[in-house]
Formats: sequence, structure tokens, C-alpha cells
Amino acid sequence: MARRASPEINAGSMADIAFLLLIFFLVTTTMDVDTGLTRKLPPMPETDLPEDNKQIKERNIFQVLVNANNDLLVEGERMLVSKLREEAKEFIIGDPTFQDESMPEGVLTEVPILGNVMVSKQIVSLQNDRGTSYEMYIKVQNELVGAYNDIREEYAQRKFGKSISQLEDEIKMSSATAKKQLKAVKKFYPQRISEAEPKNVGE
Amino acid sequence: MSKFRKKSGGGIPAVNTAALPDIVFMLLFFFMVTTVMREVDLKIDVTRPKATEVNKLEKKSLVSYIYIGSPKDKFIGSYGTADRIQLNDAFATKRDIIAFVEGEKESHDPQEIPYLTWSLKVDKEAKMGIVTDVKQELRKANALKINYSTYKTDIIVD
Repeated sequence: MARRASPEINAGSMADIAFLLLIFFLVTTTMDVDTGLTRKLPPMPETDLPEDNKQIKERNIFQVLVNANNDLLVEGERMLVSKLREEAKEFIIGDPTFQDESMPEGVLTEVPILGNVMVSKQIVSLQNDRGTSYEMYIKVQNELVGAYNDIREEYAQRKFGKSISQLEDEIKMSSATAKKQLKAVKKFYPQRISEAEPKNVGE
Repeated sequence: MSKFRKKSGGGIPAVNTAALPDIVFMLLFFFMVTTVMREVDLKIDVTRPKATEVNKLEKKSLVSYIYIGSPKDKFIGSYGTADRIQLNDAFATKRDIIAFVEGEKESHDPQEIPYLTWSLKVDKEAKMGIVTDVKQELRKANALKINYSTYKTDIIVD
């Protein structure tokens, strides 16, 4: 008896089915990568603790104000957002001898690798109004964070001959020196952006 | 004989489409793997602002979203045009945030809680008043790691 050939399944419509599924996923997919400015909020102060009486000297504060009309006031002067970064960098780096009265003071701090060095007591104070637009706020935040990032980048290049992203890559490959170097850079230029409670004027 | 010659000589031979399903399947798998299904139904309009110093948000499972903006056109009748907060699928007020944070914390492993990130998706036209209120509530709820969702750009304009 002749062997009967098993009937072949018609796979012609397979492509159609796959196309249908493909189109479904094409339509539902969202390709946007989530990006943003990562910040850390300060923890809520404990109410039973006495009010911190320690006054910060005026020369250590870099004051940034934004009003309800989205005008920027830096250290008492009106300024455009595009100028803010340079101004902030100048303040954060400060005077290396810490003698200049208009620049922040230094304080002896223990920094990995570098040992005990004088680190600037700089602090950036940002205050906005309740009527400030979010777009303006993000611009100002971005420039302040950018100022710190630029300074750290330059410092890492000068001191260790590596960029911050290079150091981060090395940390991912569990390099202990890179970790220490990054810590040193961050400790030498600590990011201190303090946000005051917003005022409610000029709404 | 002439009939036979015509068949083999003239005309374009049909393209072999046997590999077509394979190609389509390959594309299909690519999209299946990369796709992220939209989780919430947005009831407000959010156009994110632009910034240069952005970080990528990694580990999406550890990110919770808080949306702030003015309601979409079809909700203006019932909710007005003032900026609103949206948590999950519904409009919320700032008093709901602490409960939202607690709920999100409960749905994660205790070891993961310090790594939870709160992504604020805020419309660029929104006012800082409502954003500050949300930030204060997050501080009260001890949810301190936040991310201002922005697009990446190369230059900031005045």
C-alpha cells in the first residue's frame, strides 16, 4: 500500500496574523524614555526640636529669587536665566584663599584622597513665589544643578584626568579608586541648593 | 514547443515570500519586548518643560507618578480650568497624597522602599503654588526622592 502523504498545512495566512499582531504593538507602544531632574527633598523638621538659631553669614549665601512675573533676582540684581549659570559657578568656586569678603568662607573638611582641605561653605538659596510658572522654576533649577555639574566636571578633569561619566562607568565595573575619586569631587564641591518656603506676594 | 518557451523565457519570476512571516515575526517580537503599556488614563494636559541636566529614570517599577496640570477639555465643564493633581486614574487633592504614598510603599518590598522615586509630571504652564503644596505633602509622607519630569534639550532659552 502506498504511503499517504500527510496533508500540508497552509501557512500562507501566517504573515497576515503576524502583521495584525505587529500593528497592534506598533500602535500601543510608547517609545518615550523617562528623563528628568532628580532632586532630593529635605526631610520634614521635627517640631519638638528647638528652632535652629545658627545664622548663616550673608557672604556664604547665593540668593536667587523668582517672582510671580517670572523675573529673576540674583544677589539683589535682575538677571536673565542664561547668565545665571556663570554667576553661580563663580560663587561656588569662590576665592581659593578664602580671603575675599564677598566670597564664601572656607571650612576645614576631611575629603577622601585629598585629606584635610579647606572647602567653601557656599550655599545656594532659591526662593520662588506661588505664582511662578513651573517652566521658569525648572529653568532656574536646571541652571543651578548645571553650575554644580560643570564645576565638578572641570575639577574631576583637572584633578584625576577623568570625566564624571568616566568615573561612573568605572564604578559600575566596581573600581574602588573611582568611587573614592567621585566621592572626593562631590565632597569638595557639595551641592547645597536650599529651597525656602515660597512667599505669596504679587499674585 | 512555442508555448513552453514562452513560459520559461518571458515574464518576471515570482518573488519568494516564504521568509516574509519570519521577518514580520522578528519585528513583532522587537515591539513586544520594547513596548510599555500606558498605565494611566490622563485626565489633564501635561506638556513637560525642557532641561539640559537630565538623568534617565531607571527601574520603572520603582517609579510612581504624580501629574499636575489643567484638566483636559472634556473635563473643564465639571472641574474647571484651575490646575489639578491626578493620582493613578482620578483627580485628587493634596490631602490624598499621603495616602497615595503609603499605598505605593505597601505594594513594594520593604527593601525597595528607600529606592522609590516620585516622578512629578507637571505642565509647564502650572503655577508653583500647587507644586510646592505637593512637595510639602511628600516631605510629610517621607517620600524624598523626587524627579521633575522634563524633556532633554541642548540649550536653555530665556
